[in-house]
Amino acid sequence: MKVKGTAHRVGDHIDTDAIIPARFLVTTDPEELGANCMEGHEEGWGKRLKKNDVIVAGENFGCGSSREHAPISILGAGVPVVVAKSFARIFYRNGFNMGLVLLEVGEEIDKIGDTHEIEVDVVVGEIRNLTTDETIKCAPVPPFMQEILNAGGLVSYAKKKLS
Amino acid sequence: MPQTLAEKILQKHTDQEVSGAGQIVQCRVSMALANDITAPLAIKSFRAMGAKQVFDKDKVSLVCDHFTPNKDIESAEQVKVVRDFAQEMGITHYYECGEVGVEHALLPEKGIVGPGDIVVGADSHTCTYGGLGAFATGMGSTDIAGAMALGETWFKVPPTIKVEIEGKPREHVGAKDYMLNLIGRIGVAGGLYKALEFSGGAVDDLSIEGRMTMANMAIEAGGKVGLFASDAKTLEYTRNAGRSGDETLAADAGAEYDRVVKIDVSDMEPQIACPHLPDNVKPVQETEGLQIHQAVVGSCTNGRIEDMREAAAILKGRKVNPKVRCIILPATPTIWKMCLQEGLMEIFMEAGCIVGPPTCGPCLGGHMGILAGGERAIATTNRNFRGRMGSLESEVYLSNPAVAAASAVAGEIINPAKL
Ligand code: SF4
Repeated sequence: MKVKGTAHRVGDHIDTDAIIPARFLVTTDPEELGANCMEGHEEGWGKRLKKNDVIVAGENFGCGSSREHAPISILGAGVPVVVAKSFARIFYRNGFNMGLVLLEVGEEIDKIGDTHEIEVDVVVGEIRNLTTDETIKCAPVPPFMQEILNAGGLVSYAKKKLS
Repeated sequence: MPQTLAEKILQKHTDQEVSGAGQIVQCRVSMALANDITAPLAIKSFRAMGAKQVFDKDKVSLVCDHFTPNKDIESAEQVKVVRDFAQEMGITHYYECGEVGVEHALLPEKGIVGPGDIVVGADSHTCTYGGLGAFATGMGSTDIAGAMALGETWFKVPPTIKVEIEGKPREHVGAKDYMLNLIGRIGVAGGLYKALEFSGGAVDDLSIEGRMTMANMAIEAGGKVGLFASDAKTLEYTRNAGRSGDETLAADAGAEYDRVVKIDVSDMEPQIACPHLPDNVKPVQETEGLQIHQAVVGSCTNGRIEDMREAAAILKGRKVNPKVRCIILPATPTIWKMCLQEGLMEIFMEAGCIVGPPTCGPCLGGHMGILAGGERAIATTNRNFRGRMGSLESEVYLSNPAVAAASAVAGEIINPAKL
């Protein structure tokens, strides 16, 4: 799986309240949640996200509550991949389970600037920065998690496995 | 290759070779757990998966403990969903009514979890069972639904922080203080993604209950699991809980650690976590004199019989300050009964305490002891986030049971040694 889009930079410790504030938790509809994605970060910030764009974050992205609405809202906003220095643990699990690809790149994250055009190769574990013509290596998504992603998340994965 | 305790347990439950931190492994789970708040969501995902049956009706636990006895219509409706599901699936370990206790105190007591197990729970304090030597961790509801349906889940093998605790503690200093001290040192994100592995002479000396108190708060340091080797004490505990066939398990010598933290408890004072984060930890003397309105002894951290005894030893022959609500919540019906048989109930009642049923209650600001704005509580619970026990303008200080009981008597935070 490859994703090509615009990078949108955010800082460290973006918590689940920033990603989708509690007042929007009255639904589990991806589109509705997507329309309010990152509303707790900055009002209207989510409007910049187009289909196949990538959120590029600092440390501990997704910390806070275990709400699964957070990865759903990111997917709902059209973003299939988040690249970060690191992720909070429960968010990391929830992300893959909901079908959102998460790639951890560590310090090299700063080689990606806001609005850079990037291409992410999930299988190989590589991010090409088309703006600076640099390539960043990272651990690929492990085969088992690719299976979950290919199925479209844990619910569909389990469904397939059970049938 | 020598393995850490976390790696050894994961290895027991997978056919893959566990080669080190960062690797993703798929493991069979020994127990999947959810409670009255999280089970309804897990059940929804379970149905969406098209699952018809849980993978093993003996390996799913549903414990309706948070708002029991149901405090309002919503909580009653939630429990109804869980009850119907448990009945439909024929779940063996379903608990409500007079049988229910705080999940993380109840499951070990009933022998439902034990050393070497992998336990996943839709509750962040699932890590408590690390005190028994189980790899136990909290997850989101869909994850738990997956585990209930498939009997397996994936883990990223965590790097391990080794925590070596040595020394003989003073009176009124114990497991809770060791753990608060550690969280104060490494911070609320100090154990992010990681396993904490406890060892050292002071840890060997701890009872299994004390070890569970420590493992319980691994999540307050961001940890994935808080692990203790299982030893002769562990096996005695699990045997008494009706289990058989458990084995001792320890890390290999020469296992690779991310970091080693050493703590000497010899000169340690009782520790207090001040508002509004569990890592804002100070020795008790720095908080002494702060007036309190409520003291709570209970929860999955410190609601076990040892904690009740500790509180009773302080309260015996004394009176709770008339301006303080001193709420005692034995964490399970068995602990309640032991309090009765050992005469602790009489001590509590003579002292002027309010003794409640086994429930999470005020720990999460649920019910049975909610704080008003401007009120301050000292509690043996595990979280002191803003508003955790009620009003956003209230404050929670975390301590061990002796300090909480002594403070209830004094009307202000105090070192029990000074009472
Ligand atoms: S006692 Fe408190 S921390 Fe423990 S399970 Fe209940 S609400 Fe959670």
